[in-house]
Amino acid sequence: MFMFEKALVGGRKYWIWIGILLALIFLGSLAYLRQATVGLVVTGLSHDVVWGLYISQFVFFIGLGASAVVVVLPYYLHDWKAFGKTTMMGEILGMCSVIVAMLFIFVSMGQPQRVLNVLLYPHPNSLIFWDLTVLSGYVLLNAVITVTLLGAKHEGVPPPKWIKPVIMLSIPWAISIHTVTAFILSGLAARPFWLTPIMAPRFLVSAFSSGPALLIILILILRRLKVFDAGLEAVKKLALIVTYCMVINVFFVLMEVFTIFYSQIPSHKEHFEYLFFGLDGNYQLVPLMWLSVLLSLAALALLLVPRWRTDTRLLTWACVLVFISLWLDKGFALLIGGFVPSPLGVVARYTPTLNEWTVAAGIWATGALMITVLYKIMLSIQEEQ
Amino acid sequence: MKITRKDFLRLSGLSLLALAGGKAVRAVTDLAGASATAVAGSAKTVRWGMVIDLGKWRGQGTDKCIKACDAAHNIPQIPDPAREVKWIWEQPFETVFPSEQTDYTRQTYAGRPIPVMCNHCADPACVRVCPTGATWKREDGIVMMDWHRCIGCKYCVVACPYGARSFNFSDPVPYIAQVTPEFPTRSKGVVEKCNFCAERLAQGKQPVCVEACPDKSMIFGNLADPNSEIRQVLGSRFSIRRKPELGTQPNIFYIV
Amino acid sequence: MRERVLIFGGLAVFLILFTYPLWHAAALGTQAKQPQLQLPAQAKECVAPLPYMRAAHMRLLIEWRENAVRQGVRQIHAANGKSYDASLTRTCLGECHTNKAEFCDRCHTYAGVSALYCWDCHNKPQLVAARRTP
Repeated sequence: MFMFEKALVGGRKYWIWIGILLALIFLGSLAYLRQATVGLVVTGLSHDVVWGLYISQFVFFIGLGASAVVVVLPYYLHDWKAFGKTTMMGEILGMCSVIVAMLFIFVSMGQPQRVLNVLLYPHPNSLIFWDLTVLSGYVLLNAVITVTLLGAKHEGVPPPKWIKPVIMLSIPWAISIHTVTAFILSGLAARPFWLTPIMAPRFLVSAFSSGPALLIILILILRRLKVFDAGLEAVKKLALIVTYCMVINVFFVLMEVFTIFYSQIPSHKEHFEYLFFGLDGNYQLVPLMWLSVLLSLAALALLLVPRWRTDTRLLTWACVLVFISLWLDKGFALLIGGFVPSPLGVVARYTPTLNEWTVAAGIWATGALMITVLYKIMLSIQEEQ
Repeated sequence: MKITRKDFLRLSGLSLLALAGGKAVRAVTDLAGASATAVAGSAKTVRWGMVIDLGKWRGQGTDKCIKACDAAHNIPQIPDPAREVKWIWEQPFETVFPSEQTDYTRQTYAGRPIPVMCNHCADPACVRVCPTGATWKREDGIVMMDWHRCIGCKYCVVACPYGARSFNFSDPVPYIAQVTPEFPTRSKGVVEKCNFCAERLAQGKQPVCVEACPDKSMIFGNLADPNSEIRQVLGSRFSIRRKPELGTQPNIFYIV
Repeated sequence: MRERVLIFGGLAVFLILFTYPLWHAAALGTQAKQPQLQLPAQAKECVAPLPYMRAAHMRLLIEWRENAVRQGVRQIHAANGKSYDASLTRTCLGECHTNKAEFCDRCHTYAGVSALYCWDCHNKPQLVAARRTP
């Protein structure tokens, strides 16, 4: 049913890639073992910055989970035939992104072996309960869809009728994963930087920018490797989606900037000041913030000009710029900005340690491995046709 | 009967799931069914609260109450301030009451250390966000911690507007010079905070910080009892609370 | 023909190795050593009958813990009719089972139970017992 044997057949480059990923996973496991034994003291986290690299990666990869719905919705609801060859790629990418996000939650916990307590003692008041529910449900949905559709293709038969409503369900469910994740942050009176109704909309548009950007990159990679061609028409349409959503994303950020700086409320303003101008001699994130702004403006320049947007080389660059800019924004800006200054006014410093980066690299490699294996299976089945 | 390998595997998988599901349901109902075998305390309504008279708080013997709490509760003394664990400690006035600071504040308050601890709020944000119920609000008002259930997600630390909660980044036991054996230490990976000395209240005693304070500046009592000392003080003197605009309704009052 | 010998021979070796736990003690004439518990000298009576404690002391501990920590019910009526202050450190470990190595560890090590975190926090019963004796 899972056809893993198809992933065991490959050329030299394939196995070198797999080897690199396995090596990273091994190193990441060692680093995590050290963290699990000694405690989270091996990270750069502190009394005032209790969520850092791991949770920032969680938030970012939830965003990447939108790469599924961005092709599934137009194809299944509005019959955009151009996306026909991208839906499987998107569903696999979306599912693996959410799994990676959940792995990041796991490694951030102080007592991870008790994680089932969230299910054994459910507390619907807590957004983490809902997040676990919707994320697990989303992974399950996409897993069922992927296995069923790939299985049907392999057998050479049309997919069973019941898969259609399941696919339809995955569309609003995909919207919910971003909303619920945003709600984790946006309902906290203690964190004025996050206490804004535009948090969930921001999460959605940045997801719809970064997700398809990564999907475009993967489509172009597979075209370059000459193993799969999802079609330039699909790439062009996805590029349009990235463009519009990036514009809206920048617009939303400017909305925040207006409200914060026009109202001049100190408890809201000081977080933006810390991020963009530094506070109390702490300029840790200032270069990263302006880099993020620069990269997103450069990306928008490349995307808004149709001649450049349709040039696959320039488009690749634009997508990479979008990806990095949003990684900086949703990762470091959003997360760390919420903790500095602390509710007691402490302007804390946070630098992820090598141990933290290694664990993160192991999890990224796990995601890459899952995508590689599943894409290999998908491609083998496509080839059979 | 001919059965395909695929169907056989599917059937086995489903059977295993059914078995596991049954076990899971039994586990959940067993744990949920654990009930109290006796009734604790009297039926009188209790809402614990504290008043700190900053006029009496002279700032000289302040470490006495902090040291008393640290000793009674095995608070680890961690040298790295970025990783410290604190249940009661001092903060400068401007950080405790950020909305009260002005350039023209009475000079005795500018920069002055103020004792702070968990406010045991009436509507605590930390309790609302805890996914496992490892922190909850008791009927007597105390916001309790269950260190057996805490998964160390630190959501409560994020949600607390007062910075009152501390996470154990490593095993705290090596940082405790003299363990008080009657009270448990904690393990790495869980969050802790002031517990209003619930273990002492159960024996009819006052919290250690209140008893240890040489200036007798802390009054602890039952806010629900209109005749209690704390109610008399609150009714006759002006008091403020930390960040009241956030709606948490803290139960630590400060007489400035 | 050769394959048959190899296959059945290999199966036989596998079966012998697989059933090793079942036959080696009987074959060598040794007995598996039962864990020898050092019973507490102080208290003569357990809170519940021995067969129950042997099978389900974990369940009792969790029930008492949930009652004490989450319900605030510290006075618990045990199966032996007496009432106890439900404190792991002061009562269970402090009054009776003060010696982890000679009592608790004996069975836990034998049975390979290693994920117990109780003593990470409830860690000085001997001190509590010492404080109690005048």
